[in-house]
Amino acid sequence: MVYYFKRAVSDILSNGFLNIITIITIALSILVVSTFALFFENAGRILDSLSNGIRVMAYLEADFNRAEFPGLKNEIMKMKHINDVIFISKEQALALLKKEMSTRKTFLDNLNENPLPDALEIELDPSVKHLDVIGETAASIEKSAQVSDVEYGEKWLQRFVTVLHFFRITGYAMSSLFFLIALFITANTVRLSLYSRREEVEIMRLVGANDSFIVTPFYIEGFLQGILGGSIGLGILFLAYMVLLSSGLEMKTSFCLLFDIRFLSPGYTAVIILSSAFLGWLGCFISLRQFLKN
Amino acid sequence: MIASRENSIMPCRDPIIRMFRVSKKFGRRYALKDITLEVNAGEFILVTGASGAGKSTLMKLLYLAERVSSGQIIVDGMNLARIRGRKIPFLRRRFGVIFQDFKLIPNRTVYDNVALVLEASGEKPAAVKKRVMKVLTSTGMDAMSGVYPPVLSGGEQQRVAVARALVGKPAIILADEPTGSLDAASAQAILNYLMSYHEKGATIFVASHNMQLVSFAAKSRSIALDQGKLTSTAKML
Repeated sequence: MVYYFKRAVSDILSNGFLNIITIITIALSILVVSTFALFFENAGRILDSLSNGIRVMAYLEADFNRAEFPGLKNEIMKMKHINDVIFISKEQALALLKKEMSTRKTFLDNLNENPLPDALEIELDPSVKHLDVIGETAASIEKSAQVSDVEYGEKWLQRFVTVLHFFRITGYAMSSLFFLIALFITANTVRLSLYSRREEVEIMRLVGANDSFIVTPFYIEGFLQGILGGSIGLGILFLAYMVLLSSGLEMKTSFCLLFDIRFLSPGYTAVIILSSAFLGWLGCFISLRQFLKN
Repeated sequence: MIASRENSIMPCRDPIIRMFRVSKKFGRRYALKDITLEVNAGEFILVTGASGAGKSTLMKLLYLAERVSSGQIIVDGMNLARIRGRKIPFLRRRFGVIFQDFKLIPNRTVYDNVALVLEASGEKPAAVKKRVMKVLTSTGMDAMSGVYPPVLSGGEQQRVAVARALVGKPAIILADEPTGSLDAASAQAILNYLMSYHEKGATIFVASHNMQLVSFAAKSRSIALDQGKLTSTAKML
């Protein structure tokens, strides 16, 4: 195996131009695929954090008697997926609103009466992530006689999930497309490399080398090209990520800071590098199969 | 493994190559027609004939670079018509082939070119190194072991090709016009290596259109080909 490895490294060095083209092709393809992966990993995490312990606001009827709160709380706590129920009086809500709108305080000071209703802040179980379940729970709460309206930001969540779903499908399609393009180019570059070395292969056959002796260094070459290309692609993505992060720190308003964008996890990185190695190997396999048939 | 090869080149009188009514056609044209021939182990065979007589084709049929169109070839008990693709490398390891155009890999050093034969047959690196340096020394190319073939002269390249043919200690050497493009001194050196290896008991098959070679090969058998047909076979003394 050491012999084959040395042979593969030596062949990469002696066929530098073709190998550089292959490595660059793989690197660019991996860059595209890993950019999508970075987006999905972060979007998934953001969605997770948004849906973690999601809160449903239940606005109560104007004639709600506060003495009825313990009974209402009991009724809601008996429902599925409910973690906690907190009563927020209309006075507390107004005070909170004034605090949040401190810059437009005069607008609220001129109010003759408190327009806000008493409300319940209902915390759902953290395991509840599916929008349908959240919707069903909210609908059950809304059925209660004292509850006039229920809100949980369903439209925003729905839109976010739809956009994410769209990006995911686009991402899969683009990643598959780029994988195929990279495979096609890798296979053809290997074919060119084989073509330029057909005399060498022929001599090896004439002196008694069998197919596995001839092809093993090529497979190792493909594997190494894949790992190198994948590492370079990920390296470029990391640099771009660092540049984005540092410019975000300067502006203080960056999307990165807002959503805490993180680089790909080690697991994801390993999967991308392995896929890249597989890509290099597969490109070789396809070309060699055809080449040896001839 | 090498030891067994050394034993395998001890002289014996049994035919090591048998050809029975062998023909080879390229399209409608016969390159070889109806060749029947027996070669005993340890013989030195000189195949002569003009260009296009079929000498190279005869060689190629032996190491299965070409397949016969009809007839049978048996090498060391193996019927070449029945050899499957996977077994061909094992047959070729029994031959040491010297090509007219040397067929050296230009981007590998002299050492690597010669070592290739042993590496392909799975020899251990230490044994490879020892054997390669020994054969390079015997052909006078040890000082050039790290040099790439394009830098060498024609004579030097052919000496590397001879070293590559001998390094596996094959029982049969096939040399196709081994001196064709060389000056008289280089040609003499190549023939000396072949004669020296022949004296150890190997069977040598040399194809050449150069009739002067006959005088170098004492106790050889000369086979003449003309337009693909065997016209004469004579023992030289």
